[in-house]
Amino acid sequence: MSAPTAAPQPTTETDDTNVHVPNRRNVELGLLILALIIGMFAYANVDLAVLGELPANFLAVGAIFTLLLGGAHVAVRYLAPYADPFLLPAAALLNMLGLAMIRRLDLAEQQRAERAEIKAPSPDVIPQVTWTALALVLFVVILFVVHDHRRLQKYTYTCMVLGVLLLLSPLIPGLGTTVNGANLWIRLGPLSFQPSELAKILLTIFFAGYLVITRDSLALVRRKFLGLGIPRGRDLGPILVAWGVSMAVLVFQRDLGTALMFFGLFVVLLYVATQRRSWLVIGGGLFVIGAVLGYFAFGHVRLRVQVWLDTWTYANDQGYQIAQSLFGLANGGLLGTGLGQGYPQFVPFAKTDFITAALGEELGVTGFMAILTIYGIMIERGLRTAIAVRDPFGKLLAVGFATVIGLQLFVVIGGVTRLIPLTGLTTPFLSYGGSALVANWMMIAFLMRISDRARSPLPDGTVDASGRLS
Amino acid sequence: MSELALTLLRFGFLALLWCFVLITVSALRRDLQAPDSAAIAAAPARTGRKPPRPGRIRPRNLVVTEGSLMGTVLPLGSAPVTIGRASDNTLVVDDDYASSHHARLYQTEGRWIVEDVGSTNGTWIDRNRITGPTLLEPGAPLRVGRTVFELRK
Repeated sequence: MSAPTAAPQPTTETDDTNVHVPNRRNVELGLLILALIIGMFAYANVDLAVLGELPANFLAVGAIFTLLLGGAHVAVRYLAPYADPFLLPAAALLNMLGLAMIRRLDLAEQQRAERAEIKAPSPDVIPQVTWTALALVLFVVILFVVHDHRRLQKYTYTCMVLGVLLLLSPLIPGLGTTVNGANLWIRLGPLSFQPSELAKILLTIFFAGYLVITRDSLALVRRKFLGLGIPRGRDLGPILVAWGVSMAVLVFQRDLGTALMFFGLFVVLLYVATQRRSWLVIGGGLFVIGAVLGYFAFGHVRLRVQVWLDTWTYANDQGYQIAQSLFGLANGGLLGTGLGQGYPQFVPFAKTDFITAALGEELGVTGFMAILTIYGIMIERGLRTAIAVRDPFGKLLAVGFATVIGLQLFVVIGGVTRLIPLTGLTTPFLSYGGSALVANWMMIAFLMRISDRARSPLPDGTVDASGRLS
Repeated sequence: MSELALTLLRFGFLALLWCFVLITVSALRRDLQAPDSAAIAAAPARTGRKPPRPGRIRPRNLVVTEGSLMGTVLPLGSAPVTIGRASDNTLVVDDDYASSHHARLYQTEGRWIVEDVGSTNGTWIDRNRITGPTLLEPGAPLRVGRTVFELRK
């Protein structure tokens, strides 16, 4: 070997580089302040439009949210200084928009109760604010406890066991409760909890950890068939198990949305891990088989499809909800009715599954598109994190979390706008429901932890520092 | 509240919402140009483009454009960079087609030279297997196993 410059072998010393890598925390702060202003604007707007006066606790609520979001921001500055600056403001804005809409629907219920001279139901916005506070605390706790996302890989199989147990826990007699035909809640004393929300985080960790180890055999060993590499029979095992679990969720819990999300997540991660298109074909084929089986075997699946194809025949009974949602969106039009000035309360379950319909009515296509763009930014930042991070487990984990948010959004908004049959899933960050909110904030915390790793200037163990920049 | 005030609030809210979106997007674009790993990974690997004239720009980064480490950015110093599967390399590639000590890059007079250090499958620049120390131009694809590298500014 002839090396003109006989420089020593790899330098391991970590020279303090002169290049300043911006950590963009001030961008995050600025956007967070703007998000706070928009959220408080929405709150004021709702009350001004419905009640004609500013809420008495306006400043107090403002102070609470300033404290919560400010606390989260300061925690990020210390715990993950190089984390992505766009995730926290986007999540905070969506969360506050959801709260404003829940408040708006509370007011509508209150007024209806006054007119009917019955006792008003207790407002839902107060528990939801409590859940938001809890979620933000958990967000900070995760950033504090999980210093390095790669440690999560050690818990791959623990996560699988816990995730599947949680997913199936509503089936345990005495623990599970059936709400609106779907059996996906567990009740512990006064607290009810939707375990599938937590399960989606645990199973994402499991899928990522599992595929990092097995992807080579899943990607390389295959036979050529019809221009596609077809994997060996025994390598098909994992995808069949994932499909089976999804079908079990569909059969026993009658939860179409969750089943769809888990199977979709697994197929996407399999594709990303192996870079083989054949997995998408196989996954798509299994999905079609599952969908056809579901259609013929279960009345509730068949009903959803019929209502989707022929909404107006069912507009007064089974299709009432989706028909009202479409009326609402049409009423909103291009610019919306304005917050507090539409009739989103006519849609059943406007606070949970149909919150996007309520926002679409009152903010119009203009506002709806803004919300979708914010989700798009969030997902893009997740995928960008996956590209930038240096270890394969982190890549898969980030893709997994971004996919969960994206899939869930597609299934919900597709259902609400009648693009696809309606399946009950919560809209991330917007919908009423504590378990979903907490789980989504936890995912943002993990994504920020991974992006901190990806963007921090001192490379980690995979790639050693290469000395001073020239 | 008067009708006019409510209409103003309605438009004001939509404007503010889009303000957030537009500010985020513009900050995001600036973020793409910032010299961090996310930024450089964003530039897609384009094939067939002319490599910039040597001497004009000084490569500062070694970017992985293909393979399992795709998007990884290694800031270059003056020290040589070794590539291979063994953990004592500067850049450890997780690639079944790479050797444990595969290739070495070193700098001389502001240019980067690559040489193969006895790999099984060879080190390639474009379609040519290198046989001795070879000048690596910025933008030229350097292939080690199934991983492709490129020098970038």
